[in-house]
Amino acid sequence: MSNILTISPSPHFKDKPTVKSLMFGVLTALIPAFCVSLYVFGIGTLLTTVFSVVFCVAFEWLITKYMLNRQPTITDGSAILTGVLLAFNLPSDINPGIILVGALVAIGIGKMTFGGLGNNLFNPALVGRVFLLISFPKQMTTWPIPQQPYFDAMTGATPLVLIKDEYRNAGVQAVDDKMNFMDMFLGIEGGSLGEIAAIALIIGGAYMIWKKIITWHIPTAIIATVLIFSGLLWLIDSSTFVNPLFHILNGGLLLGAIFMATDYVTSPMSNPGKIVYGVGIGLLTVIIRIWGSYPEGMSFAILIMNAVVPLINRGFKPVRFGATQTK
Amino acid sequence: MNLKFKTFTIGGVHPDDKKITAASPIQTLPLPQIAVIPCAMHIGAPAEIIVKRGDKVKVGQIIATAKGFVSANIHSSVSGTVKSIGPAPDASGYTKQAVTITVEGDEWADGIDTSPDIRYDFDNIEQQEIIKRVTENGIVGMGGATFPTNVKLSVPLGKKAEAVLINGVECEPYLTADHRVMLEHSEEMLIGVKLLMKAVNVEKAYIGIEANKQDAIEKLITLCPKFPGITVVPLKLKYPQGSEKHLIKAILNREVPSGRLPIDAGAVVQNAGTAYAVYQAVMKNKPLIERVVTVTGDSVKNPGNFLVRIGTPIQNLIDAVGGIPENTGKIISGGPMMGKAITTTEIPVAKGTSGVLMLPESIAHRKTAEPCIRCGKCVDACPMGLEPYLLSAYSKKQNFEQAELNHIADCIECGCCVFSCPSNRPILDFVRFGKQNVLRIIRSRKN
Repeated sequence: MSNILTISPSPHFKDKPTVKSLMFGVLTALIPAFCVSLYVFGIGTLLTTVFSVVFCVAFEWLITKYMLNRQPTITDGSAILTGVLLAFNLPSDINPGIILVGALVAIGIGKMTFGGLGNNLFNPALVGRVFLLISFPKQMTTWPIPQQPYFDAMTGATPLVLIKDEYRNAGVQAVDDKMNFMDMFLGIEGGSLGEIAAIALIIGGAYMIWKKIITWHIPTAIIATVLIFSGLLWLIDSSTFVNPLFHILNGGLLLGAIFMATDYVTSPMSNPGKIVYGVGIGLLTVIIRIWGSYPEGMSFAILIMNAVVPLINRGFKPVRFGATQTK
Repeated sequence: MNLKFKTFTIGGVHPDDKKITAASPIQTLPLPQIAVIPCAMHIGAPAEIIVKRGDKVKVGQIIATAKGFVSANIHSSVSGTVKSIGPAPDASGYTKQAVTITVEGDEWADGIDTSPDIRYDFDNIEQQEIIKRVTENGIVGMGGATFPTNVKLSVPLGKKAEAVLINGVECEPYLTADHRVMLEHSEEMLIGVKLLMKAVNVEKAYIGIEANKQDAIEKLITLCPKFPGITVVPLKLKYPQGSEKHLIKAILNREVPSGRLPIDAGAVVQNAGTAYAVYQAVMKNKPLIERVVTVTGDSVKNPGNFLVRIGTPIQNLIDAVGGIPENTGKIISGGPMMGKAITTTEIPVAKGTSGVLMLPESIAHRKTAEPCIRCGKCVDACPMGLEPYLLSAYSKKQNFEQAELNHIADCIECGCCVFSCPSNRPILDFVRFGKQNVLRIIRSRKN
């Protein structure tokens, strides 16, 4: 026995999860979506992801070591996660130079300027993505379209872009005819690398809830809000507005609801707060998608709600024990 | 047996329960050579010592008297000669006034019934007589908080108790002392519950027991029909269910209002071990001079439950289980969630010592704190519905005004926040600091 006894205040027990294990838990949950993407888009998926991860980790290491003069923090896995999430928001055949710029903005501006992990106001991967979307609109919005056989892909618009353009010309019926919900569900459609397969994203989300990495509040609130809001519009006028299921299965909605909006650092702390945040994202997404000039509204909705999180934390406190009966 | 399990609603965590001594019967530890009996082993004012150096004392003889309302009598747990009176270290790490007695034989004071027979004639004892004997015999809460039992039994004017709640939860991992008492002294404990019911003049009592003590639940359920008014309530496994407020919520589905006491929810909560001690005090006139202590740890050779005299050095207990394991880095008095890490094994067993736990070096140290990633796990885990991350930040900045507004005074210091934090942040250290300051500010405002 060592003669020295350690003294510390209670508790003397710790639960198992660490920052690192949580980050790698999220990465594990992303595997199904990655596999579908690899099947549909082929080697482009792998290359884009590897480039993005390497660039993000490299920037984090360089900035912590040479600009902040701190112990590099890359081992906690958060830079890897940012890299993967950024890649999931890019077309699979994008130029690596654009990925480099995206990684620099995501890590450098989105994360390290605020002081690194835990201090950033906005989701770093989304900051990177939106920067690229505005700077390289053409490259960011031409996606490979899976054809038969899937590995020989063409480029083209996603279903969301189709409705934006074709509604005005051909009417809703023409668009509806082109849609195949089963294909969307399974991921056989155009789109960014990680957003195509609804089923794979849902499996990842279920895994994270089961492993207690995230709670159900944010994804459920977002999906329910989008479903109800777009459903109401559809019921009012189904010749102008598209089927609500289309909104759920398309674009980055599930990727955003399950993986981006649930980012610990940039989402509210309390469960009531998480619901308010989710409802806000859902409403903004539908508004931008239907009335905004961009076909996709998820990234903007999440970033806007990120900015409101400090206010939500202030206004929506957890349910307190013994508060109801205070005289 | 088909059981329906209840629990509380807000927060809570599920540490590995590690009840490795659950099946070990209570063994009686041999008398120590020297007993060190502290005068402050209850909440409230320390008792006043009434013996002097060189006095001969018997087992059960009073050696220090309660000073003030919230205080408790202290009795000698051994027979022998008072060797010295002076400060000695206890589990808190501070030195406190204590009576050191050299043990000579085992001679009991007059009037104490030491026979093992169970006395059932509890119906004849008057309410005032119960409270008097509990007070005289120095009974305090034996779950760890050591609040004098007679104070809890004196229901304030204008308040009404509706039920007695018996805390057989033992939600701390490792500890099994209450479990064994409920199992091996079931009837005595139930008589103790009947006495408590009479003392506060209620018709109902509920015994809350967590699901990992199936044998105790079943045994008490079969015995209950002999004691009308007592119901066993099986509870789901969740820490900190042994907290008074959370036990009341789990059993009665009532919340004690913020800043109030259990009696405001109509409940008087007593620990299972305390109920057994009340039986002994009232029916046998036996003071609180011994208790059951769990001595345990993953690498301990023969972990077990021991009936031990108050004042016995913890070292004697450790010797009885085969010594301190090679890999030990920390020894805790109590359980791993709320127990105190001790500096030396020479400190004595006190009225509130429920366990001695030896933790290996590998988990004895805290890990380096990483930045808060705002995951909200502490908020989810807090059984009081507070925001530990926020209270910790306010306390660190000494912004006590905001800490008070965010209800830091409600914190029960259960440690769920630190337990759940993936960044190893010392949340509770700061919250304790802030809470102490806020309570001090509130007190000074009243004066």
